[in-house]
Amino acid sequence: MIALGLEGSANKIGIGLISHPSANEPPIVLSNLRHTYPTPPGEGFLPKDTAIHHRAWVVRLIKQAVRQAGVKIEDIDCICYTKGPGMGAPLQSVALAARTLSLLWGKPLVGVNHCVGHIEMGRAITHASNPVVLYVSGGNTQVIAYSAQRYRIFGETLDIAIGNCIDRFARTLMIPNDPFPGYNVEQLAKKGKNLVDMPYAVKGMDASFSGILAAADLLAAQIDENLPLEKRLKTEDGELVTKADLCFSLQETIYAMLVEITERAMAHVGSTQVLVVGGVGSNKRLQQMMGLMARDRRGSVFATDERFCIDNGIMIAHAGLLEFKTGVTTKLEDSTCTQRFRTDEVFVGWRD
Amino acid sequence: MATATDTPATPPPQHTIHILPAPFTHSPLTLLAQGAEALVYRTVFLTPHTPCVLKYRPPKPYRHPILDKRLTKARLLAEARVLVKCRKDGVTVPAVLGLDAENGWMVLEWVEGGSVRGVLDGWVAGGGRFEGVEAGNGVWGLMRRIGRAVGRVHDIGVCHGDLTTSNLMVRTGASAVRGESEGPQTQTQMQRPKRLTPSALREAAMTSDAPPVFELPPEEPPPPPSKAQSTSDLEGDIVLIDFGLATQTVQDEDRAVDLYVLERAFAATHPGAEALFQEVLRSYGESYKGGRSVLRKLEDVRLRGRKRSMLG
Ligand SMILES: Nc1ncnc2c1ncn2[C@@H]1O[C@H](COP(=O)(O)OP(=O)(O)OP(=O)(O)O)[C@@H](O)[C@H]1O
Ligand SMILES: Nc1ncnc2c1ncn2[C@@H]1O[C@H](COP(=O)(O)OP(=O)(O)OP(=O)(O)O)[C@@H](O)[C@H]1O
Ligand SMILES: [Mg+2]
Ligand SMILES: [Mg+2]
Repeated sequence: MIALGLEGSANKIGIGLISHPSANEPPIVLSNLRHTYPTPPGEGFLPKDTAIHHRAWVVRLIKQAVRQAGVKIEDIDCICYTKGPGMGAPLQSVALAARTLSLLWGKPLVGVNHCVGHIEMGRAITHASNPVVLYVSGGNTQVIAYSAQRYRIFGETLDIAIGNCIDRFARTLMIPNDPFPGYNVEQLAKKGKNLVDMPYAVKGMDASFSGILAAADLLAAQIDENLPLEKRLKTEDGELVTKADLCFSLQETIYAMLVEITERAMAHVGSTQVLVVGGVGSNKRLQQMMGLMARDRRGSVFATDERFCIDNGIMIAHAGLLEFKTGVTTKLEDSTCTQRFRTDEVFVGWRD
Repeated sequence: MATATDTPATPPPQHTIHILPAPFTHSPLTLLAQGAEALVYRTVFLTPHTPCVLKYRPPKPYRHPILDKRLTKARLLAEARVLVKCRKDGVTVPAVLGLDAENGWMVLEWVEGGSVRGVLDGWVAGGGRFEGVEAGNGVWGLMRRIGRAVGRVHDIGVCHGDLTTSNLMVRTGASAVRGESEGPQTQTQMQRPKRLTPSALREAAMTSDAPPVFELPPEEPPPPPSKAQSTSDLEGDIVLIDFGLATQTVQDEDRAVDLYVLERAFAATHPGAEALFQEVLRSYGESYKGGRSVLRKLEDVRLRGRKRSMLG
């Protein structure tokens, strides 16, 4: 069976085609295309402009994805789109495209929960059977474990999402958004070596990142090169604290928090596998820290690379097709979007 | 299908068993749990007949060493301070028998019994169902005692910080208080002679020709207990453990987050127990003066946590 997946919940539009050959064979990615709405350094993306971007790209990307996959329209079994969570206007613009295709080609629709898309894609790629899932992206920070037909949220952020924290931190320091703010922070952090104290806020399996952001604003002001030398922030040894040091310290602090809440969930549910999904999950330092933690628990960490970590159409196609095969479709009149759609609201009928 | 990047290759396990610092290097140790932060052992302390728990926080290799030292030390000290305060103010927690913050260990009084999590799982395995539990069932009493225990700890100005059903124990055995004491904590209960102060413990251990301690049943009773058995498991004092993330605070906000953490742990660990959990909250609200306003605050925290906007 073959599904087309359309994703556009944030600033990226992703279109992909996936094939599930048979029950015991792994899925095959036929095509996986993405375009990101570009924004200059220091700026975020607004829903309205992002929606315009998605509308401008959606037809082009669908045509290209179908061509690249080498399939005929007749071969496609269903059209899967992101129902939520995400930003309203971009979600709607992509859902509209999905509805149009559904009517045009006479194919059933499947509305997919974005978070479940990330999880199922990660599981498929890594073959992690029943892992604790850390879902970390621009909009979400959740520690999830599967139980009784649902992905249950054990821990989450008490305020802003981790990716949002990183992106805003990057904006404060005027670090470019291209290709991803988090990626650029990661590269800069490699040159940092001094650890600057930042608020470390973990409550059980939950974490809070807004304190970090407030601290980062203050710190950024203190390393401004226009400040007189004696006013600038220095280490205990009198070295000037650099932008790279701040990136390094940010990563060391927030990723330690993530690993800690993940480890707590693993201890709590008695699992040794951990799967990291979502855009921030492509961070190598986070993956390395996770690996060290898992090693001490005699377990293993599973992660995917940027192609499948960052929002994409394939994950929507994959999760949608899993659901489609259990007989679930979304009627045209129900094919709405929702900005708020919790991971644990989805009935996971395709797992034992 | 695309290849999985199995991360910067996970290094092979090196030290599955940590070398413990003195004076435990040669102690008889049974690993009870590898929690998130601590290795928890059962061992003996001071006398060969005094069972105790050794909580050792080894360095976390994933954490920057400076951050790691800072966190480990601060948490160990905070944990010990809070435990001592709880004991002093009449909240049932294990006694602190020894501590070395620099080397990351603490010795605690042994609590006979099982975790609420184990007890509830056992109850389900024994045929209990969370939906539609009849009024007389002992599990309601357990919920009420949990609510009161959390209320008590909040009342004395402590927030636990990691409330899960693994971190609540039900004390069983001869010393456990049988039957359920209804209503808010009374003076007499608060002044109930504290069990096993270190000196009492020492004394007990020295004077009794009691059998050696080493073959104890595992903490979470794995064989599904019979119905009768599981009912009696529901009785007994609630003992709060694991104060590694505790803070001393009387803010409604912190207290509400504490309840929120527990609520979510409940929902995630014991699917279907939502109605039962309401009983925890109800009895919490009645257990001390500030309880109700914390419950109101909990509504805010829920909204924030659960329905956060995507744009942060
Ligand atoms: N190498 C990296 N290290 C850290 N963060 C990264 C890296 N690459 C991307 N990111 C971050 O990932 C986020 C984007 O991830 P993703 O596409 O999964 O999420 P989103 O669309 O913003 O949110 P959601 O998945 O909640 O809809 C951004 O915050 C970006 O900075
Ligand atoms: N005083 C005690 N008496 C008996 N058993 C105990 C006692 N303290 C802990 N245990 C057992 O050991 C387990 C782990 O202990 P604890 O929760 O204190 O550590 P942890 O979860 O590793 O801590 P953290 O969450 O800070 O990493 C408990 O769930 C309980 O089964
Ligand atoms: Mg995403
Ligand atoms: Mg614990």
